[in-house]
Amino acid sequence: MTIPEPEKSLEEQNRIIQEAGQILSGFSRKRESLIPILQQVQSRLGYLPREAMTTIAEYLKVPAIDVYGVVTFYNQFRLNPPGRHSIRVCLGTACHMKGGYITLDAWKRRLKINPRETTPDREFDLDTVACVGCCTMAPVTVVDNKPEAQVEPTKVDGILLAFGHPVDTKDKEKSESR
Amino acid sequence: MNPDKPTAAAAAFKELKERAGAQLTQLTHDKTVIMVGTATCGCAAGALEVLQTFKDEVKKRNLGCAVIEVGCMGHCYAEPMVIIRKPNSPGVCYAHVNPVIAERLVNEYILGENPCPEFVLAAFEPNDILPSFQDFPRSRYEQKIILQNCGHIEPTKIEHYIVAGGYIALAKALEASPENIIEEVEKSGLRGRGGAGFSTGQKWRLCRQSPGNTKYVICNADEGDPGAFIDRALLESDPHSVIEGMIIAAYAIGARTGYIYVRAEYPLAVERLEIALKQAKKLNLTGAHILGSDFCFNIHLFKGSGAFVCGEETALIASLEGHAGMPHHRPPYPTTHGLHGKPTIVNNVKTLAYVRHIINNGADWFAGIGTKKSPGTAVFALAGKIVNTGLVEVPMGTTLRQIIYDVGSGIPGGKQFKAVQIGGPSGGCLPESALDLPVDFNSLKEAGAIMGSGGMVVLDEDDCMVEMARYFLEFTQRESCGKCTFCRLGTKQMLEILTEFTFGKGRIEDLDNLERLAEEVKAGSLCALGRTAPNPILTTLRYFRQEYEDHIRLGKCPALMCQHLIAYYILPDKCERSCDACIGSCTVEAISPNKKRIKVIDQTQCVKCGTCLKACPPQYNAIVKLTPPSEVPNDNSKLKNQISKPQIKSKN
Ligand SMILES: Cc1cc2nc3c(=O)[nH]c(=O)nc-3n(C[C@H](O)[C@H](O)[C@H](O)COP(=O)(O)O)c2cc1C
Ligand code: FES
Repeated sequence: MTIPEPEKSLEEQNRIIQEAGQILSGFSRKRESLIPILQQVQSRLGYLPREAMTTIAEYLKVPAIDVYGVVTFYNQFRLNPPGRHSIRVCLGTACHMKGGYITLDAWKRRLKINPRETTPDREFDLDTVACVGCCTMAPVTVVDNKPEAQVEPTKVDGILLAFGHPVDTKDKEKSESR
Repeated sequence: MNPDKPTAAAAAFKELKERAGAQLTQLTHDKTVIMVGTATCGCAAGALEVLQTFKDEVKKRNLGCAVIEVGCMGHCYAEPMVIIRKPNSPGVCYAHVNPVIAERLVNEYILGENPCPEFVLAAFEPNDILPSFQDFPRSRYEQKIILQNCGHIEPTKIEHYIVAGGYIALAKALEASPENIIEEVEKSGLRGRGGAGFSTGQKWRLCRQSPGNTKYVICNADEGDPGAFIDRALLESDPHSVIEGMIIAAYAIGARTGYIYVRAEYPLAVERLEIALKQAKKLNLTGAHILGSDFCFNIHLFKGSGAFVCGEETALIASLEGHAGMPHHRPPYPTTHGLHGKPTIVNNVKTLAYVRHIINNGADWFAGIGTKKSPGTAVFALAGKIVNTGLVEVPMGTTLRQIIYDVGSGIPGGKQFKAVQIGGPSGGCLPESALDLPVDFNSLKEAGAIMGSGGMVVLDEDDCMVEMARYFLEFTQRESCGKCTFCRLGTKQMLEILTEFTFGKGRIEDLDNLERLAEEVKAGSLCALGRTAPNPILTTLRYFRQEYEDHIRLGKCPALMCQHLIAYYILPDKCERSCDACIGSCTVEAISPNKKRIKVIDQTQCVKCGTCLKACPPQYNAIVKLTPPSEVPNDNSKLKNQISKPQIKSKN
């Protein structure tokens, strides 16, 4: 379940526009600033709200749809607020061959979401990455930016328990692999 | 190059070097130096805790040692690694260090005389007490050129790089004419390490000859192959070598601005590059009037945003200009119409890192290494089912067998070698029979793989070739930018066919359809992403066709990997009644005991994660995988169909 962008109060919208504006002032009004601007805004706000994108479009004098096009082209940009914890399963070649897909299945089963989605309580984000450079420790899951080694289904449960998340092993709702 | 006439650049550099030397001496002279490898591979294995332990101990006991962070030596299997250099002793490299070992090393080796041989990987210089790197079989094959500094210098200290011989090539280059530089690089035979292997000198010449005053140099650090990590290791361990190469390239083609396009998923590489660029600027190695010459050049860092296709040079340029990274048709090539329509060279990180060595040692030296058509060394990132994962640098022409068995120490766990995947999603899988192939650009291409990014993933008997092809197609299909029809729809169609196979579905005619489609996508796609995407399919079909046929005809996965074609089964005769290890391990509670306390897997509940197989104690070894799943006996007492023996494989 991807959560649609939440309804924002006028106050919230103004805050976003203001924060985006602060970042914009450090950039020249050139098209090639677009991606660095988006990166900075996302690192400040956690995602790219609609208001921020239109503000950026106005500043660079490009159609808003162009900004949206760039945002949706690149994997890194997100249109929804992130969850509290980020779970990224490595599906690089080495991790995949050592069972990364089984690990991903386990995460999907427990969190009941697909990659690039956020749990309804906004606790967890699930995503995949390609090789984070610790293939010796395959299969790797990057939990809140820290690569965890040999994350197999039992370790998935261990990590979730450490976060205080209940693990329902009776869960019959099987996630289809891939 | 005229040695008689000391120029401003030479004099300026001499001063710079003396100052760097003095600074470094002050830091390390007559001191024990502790070097902790903190590249990504090290950090992931716990190097930062080790680093902190050393720092705390040194401070607490007032030891006066220098504790510094270095990059990756390439022995990633042994991380976290620490090098300790005591004055007048050989440098010693320790493997798998943790905070407890670190404390012991301080107590026994730094404060005492015991080098703790039990933790030693090797010493750097031959000696009477400890084994040295020269004793390793791999040292016979390895020849480190661009990886020379990695793990031995502090990447965040430009002085260290300068003292190790850095930026000499730049000073030397500034004394020569740009024309000379291009000639030298061309004569060396250096070929681009980004994939295609185009002559670097020729590329530079084309760009220099293109009319116009504004030109650009771009360093391609977008390393998108999901199994390669060489560029990252290089940028994290020795960023200045790449920067120096870029400055020389800019001088040669007449550029005043350069960009490093670095992959977003490499935060540490970005951080170390930022520091390195700042230091280079401060010492006037970039900026205006570099080393007092007329040459001016600035480098900007640009972070990618996660799109594999942006590694393709025209897509990369579109991305730099602020657009979606879609490739366009070549020609025109970037050397005439590149960034903002101006002549531009795009070079890979490794390519640029070679440049200074060629300037320093001469074109003939470089041309003498490797093979005639592919001079120099090849750098590979070894991963998968291989003992020594990590980086290797060997002369071109070394055979795959030497790389995998002599350098990489072969396959772990006594398993059988099956294939080696080279070049990632654009490359191919080569079988046992190709192991004696000398590796270079041409030979790999003939065999169906490519040099590509240098990713080398070793596969053993437990790896399914159909699944491997499906995995790469899933990747390229997702990363296809969608601009051209062949790639957009072709990859999707091929993925669908392969996915069917991994489910044991599909018809035998589909194999020919798949092959035809693969050839057509190869011929019809706009950029090399589409043109190379079929390679994993074509090579696996060529070398492992039987495995495809088993999937389709028998619904069997001989490697016991494809989840839909296998089942886990507990052998009743082997199951120990008093043991409940599998029940406790099952993540979906699919295992329960029957009346005789023999454990039984409920096949409708099983998610085939394999946890129970690992949990079953080795003395019982009661759990096996069966293919096809219909081999699981109905009455759960004996294996059905005893006549045609089902394929069974237990662990070990
Ligand atoms: C889909 C695709 C991905 C590529 N990815 C990379 C990459 O990650 N790094 C790289 O240096 N070159 C990559 N290339 C090759 C570049 O287009 C280009 O040929 C290369 O950067 C030229 O540098 P070189 O002459 O030093 O090899 C890629 C090409 C394609 C088609
Ligand atoms: S493939 Fe997962 S860390 Fe390299």
